[in-house]
Amino acid sequence: MSIVVERSIPGRLLEAGGAWLLGLLWILPLAYAVWTAFHPPEFSTRFELFAPLTLQNFSNAWQAAPFARYFLNTFLLVSLILAAQLVIGTLAAYAFARFEFIGRDIAFMLVLVQLMIMPDVLIVENYRTMSVFGLVDSIPAIALPYMASAFGIFLLRQTFKTIPRELDEAARVEGATALQVLWMVYVPLAKPTYIAYGLVSVSYHWNNFLWPLIVTNSVTSRPLTVGLQVFSSGDQGVDWSIITAATLMTAAPLLIAFLLFQRQFVQSFMRAGIR
Amino acid sequence: MNRFSVHIHGWLLLLPAAVLLVLFTHYPVVATLYHSFFSTPRGSVPPVWVGLENYRQMIDDPVFWQALTNNLWFAVGTIPLSIALALLMAIWVNGKIQGRSFLRLAYFTPTVLPMIAVANIWLFFYTPQYGLLEQITGFLGWPSHNWLGSRDTALACLIAVAVWKEAGFFMIFYLAALQQIPPNLNEAGAIEGAGRWYFFRRITFPLLMPTTLFVLVNAVINAFRLIDHVVVMTRGGPDNTTSLLLYYVYEVGFKYWDSAYAAALTMVLLLGLALLAIAQFAFFERRTHYQ
Repeated sequence: MSIVVERSIPGRLLEAGGAWLLGLLWILPLAYAVWTAFHPPEFSTRFELFAPLTLQNFSNAWQAAPFARYFLNTFLLVSLILAAQLVIGTLAAYAFARFEFIGRDIAFMLVLVQLMIMPDVLIVENYRTMSVFGLVDSIPAIALPYMASAFGIFLLRQTFKTIPRELDEAARVEGATALQVLWMVYVPLAKPTYIAYGLVSVSYHWNNFLWPLIVTNSVTSRPLTVGLQVFSSGDQGVDWSIITAATLMTAAPLLIAFLLFQRQFVQSFMRAGIR
Repeated sequence: MNRFSVHIHGWLLLLPAAVLLVLFTHYPVVATLYHSFFSTPRGSVPPVWVGLENYRQMIDDPVFWQALTNNLWFAVGTIPLSIALALLMAIWVNGKIQGRSFLRLAYFTPTVLPMIAVANIWLFFYTPQYGLLEQITGFLGWPSHNWLGSRDTALACLIAVAVWKEAGFFMIFYLAALQQIPPNLNEAGAIEGAGRWYFFRRITFPLLMPTTLFVLVNAVINAFRLIDHVVVMTRGGPDNTTSLLLYYVYEVGFKYWDSAYAAALTMVLLLGLALLAIAQFAFFERRTHYQ
């Protein structure tokens, strides 16, 4: 057996080459979309270095469909879900981490069921429920199934459990109620978890598609993803320049946020992954 | 706080989450089972008990079997490949490679893009005649091919999109795990004269096992949960060759509005997920005995 402590130079080059090839391959579809969106349609499949740049595709797309409204809807949807998830998740996680109530372990198992059976596969029955509530085609209908998140509860519970009980007890001695302790001791100390969870949740729900597609059917409630699908499968023909412009527009806020706060994004996803 | 109030406080804190979870996770599971034994209400005709009729229909339904087979192939095509690529990416990005931060960015970017946007881009990529893929194959002098319109290649095209979308996401978990491996292990390996591949096989990979399991479970769930790309790129076609199980549920439930049959189909998905949960639980139980 040959003993190689340090990698040989050709081996290293080969590996770097592989890594770069994969990296370029991975960025290629996005680069292609950027090219098409920022050039006139006649250059969408012709690659010339000095092809004229244009923003016309974006303004055409913006005018062709109510994207302003879709942006607003997505913004409201994502905020509503995140706010509800944080409040509901914090309360539940606190109960699981620090209260030894009857049925706690069974309740916790029942919460974890949602990690496997996500609302995404329960579309038929959840649609029925929304019809009974008269909520079909509204933003709350999109948000409701996701407001209690097993993932969020689990993540926050793990964090709360690492907080020393002495801090808790000290606050109690001062006469703080359970909710005051939660607000003054636990929530501030769990800030990194909140940020991590928030980023993961926002990216998930900004991008979510199937359930909103099913439960909405008008401009006033459709989020961006569904709006984009309605737009690109409509009577636009195959004007790829406009469709890619609309596509980039849809992804832009998250993409720009990601490019600006790359470190936080990656660390947040990491933190959310280590359980 | 006395003993009694602990129970009250605990349950009160849990109440909002419990109500929502029961309403939108537990109840729908039970209701799916219940409704799968009834007929679909049509107009003024109320649902009637039909026993196993919907399941009988399912067994005789070639499209169901095709969707199930497609889904299994889709899982086989996406899971090992995306996990292997994720591991490779993580090792590269964790090492001393030139342009590390660009590579990490390139690998991870698909994760933050909406699947629906990604599917649109790839749709263009695969377009007959003037899509990028056709241009490349045309440049190489290969014959023109309708990638998404052909029964032989459509599912493979969807697999490529899913792998591209997911590998960078899974990479993050491996990266996090790799950074927790103490560097002195590496030094010890070097002193012992362990080759790189040997070291990976005998030390790194076993240490990454919990991460691999976690990623595997997520990959399996995603293979049966994510159908956005099917809706955008193929709508199950051509001839149902790209119809996945959840897509078929969506089609039956919201295009043909046959909610009872859709419930029976959903039960297959739920059964699969339940088996996965049991397998995972059993595995973790066994592992903890060894630790």
